[in-house]
Amino acid sequence: MRPFAYTRTASSSAAVATVTADRDAKFLAGGTNLIDLMKDTVEAPALLVDINALPFGDIVEHRTFVRIGALARMSDTADHPAVVRIAPAVAEALLASASPQLRNAATIGGNLMQRTRCAYFRDVATACNKREPGRGCAAIDGINRQHAVLGGSRDCICVHPSDMAVALLAVDAIVRTRGPRGERSIPIAAFHTLPGDTPQIETVLEHGELIVAVDIPISRLASTSTYVKVRDRASYEFALVSVGAALSVRDGKIADARLGLGGIAPKPWRALASERALIGVAPSAAAFERAAEIAVGGARGYGHNDFKIPLVKRLIVKSLASVAA
Amino acid sequence: MPQIEIDVNGAHHSVPVEPRLLLVHLLRDKLELTGTHVGCDTSSCGACTVLLNGESVKSCTMFAVQADGSAVITIEGIGASDALHPMQEAFWKMHGLQCGYCTPGMIVSAVDLLRRNPDPSDDEIRAGIEGNLCRCTGYENIIRAVRSAAAALRNDESRHSVAELLPVGGSN
Repeated sequence: MRPFAYTRTASSSAAVATVTADRDAKFLAGGTNLIDLMKDTVEAPALLVDINALPFGDIVEHRTFVRIGALARMSDTADHPAVVRIAPAVAEALLASASPQLRNAATIGGNLMQRTRCAYFRDVATACNKREPGRGCAAIDGINRQHAVLGGSRDCICVHPSDMAVALLAVDAIVRTRGPRGERSIPIAAFHTLPGDTPQIETVLEHGELIVAVDIPISRLASTSTYVKVRDRASYEFALVSVGAALSVRDGKIADARLGLGGIAPKPWRALASERALIGVAPSAAAFERAAEIAVGGARGYGHNDFKIPLVKRLIVKSLASVAA
Repeated sequence: MPQIEIDVNGAHHSVPVEPRLLLVHLLRDKLELTGTHVGCDTSSCGACTVLLNGESVKSCTMFAVQADGSAVITIEGIGASDALHPMQEAFWKMHGLQCGYCTPGMIVSAVDLLRRNPDPSDDEIRAGIEGNLCRCTGYENIIRAVRSAAAALRNDESRHSVAELLPVGGSN
């Protein structure tokens, strides 16, 4: 690992100012993803600003929302009664992620910032436009079984690894940040970006902008949410495909729906057109199949990952049926 | 070079550390506690698992500076050769190891599991050690060992409490 300078602060404004002032500085929270990438020199920050002493570790239930501090650990969040009740998909997604040791160390803010598991991104001997813009993408004509079928570009077909972010799509979560230009609230669906021709950019955050919390509004819809994940083995593995779904039914018709998809796109993927197609119709296998068909409109396989298209369709149908029941 | 204050197995240490020093290397190379193993060095295998303020973490994927002000328990703090922890006895008696490389991390994870859940089902044991890889046993005897240790600990809660090794007040 390359040497770096280290500092820590208990002030969020000092943390933001320090990182903002240095293009090669990064925040350090749990470090479970960053340290791995630093060992492989995929990441080589000149300065790490340790934010673990900032007062963002609590999970607090308010009248209309639950606020999960950015430094809340995955394990504490998964077990928190307010999260389990208000947003079951989020608790389920967290428990389906990583392993106990990593969940004890990794934070909610860091989970949103984690980088792709694409093997070419993590191998500095191969071409990757995300790691080294302009160098090419070894995945497109390479071993791309893990890779995206939606939202990719000629420059990048990686998938976003977060389970939790997919679940957050199903519960209308809002990411709260503090940055060089003040505070803002970003809907989770607008937080991550598609690669286009700048795959090195993954979120709308400015350099030095810090996640301080994730808010989940309390709603009947969110309380119905569920997260379903399919992977190569039953534990300790990233998703091949996953679905975060929520559905509310009134007078025999679907009143509202959320559908987040994981493992199939470079960002946590919201199937907005499928959600719209569900509203106003009676919940049925045919309606769910139609929503699934709409979700993969425009999907494209790259050879090894072709199986993801039928797989995600089946998982959408299964997830919607389970939340409608 | 940052100076850190850290309690390890009940003993206080004040150590200067380079920022990139990993917690596992502080434990093994500076404090000479070589019971904590480095397996994969990529946060996958769990051989490096220790308790940080009572919770299991992978010490190969944490900087020593992140543990400043914390209490760490390694396999050496779980039990000693002449006073094995019930989990260590159970791994021995139930043949929960062959080569033994994964065992320190496996035992620390299992101790953390029983702290959260004193009477786990076999499925809960499997989930509790999902972050620990064993290439010898096929896991079956490890699950038997954890089940057996859980029964022993439930019958005698006063013995070998790992919490005793945490400084007063528990975590920082």
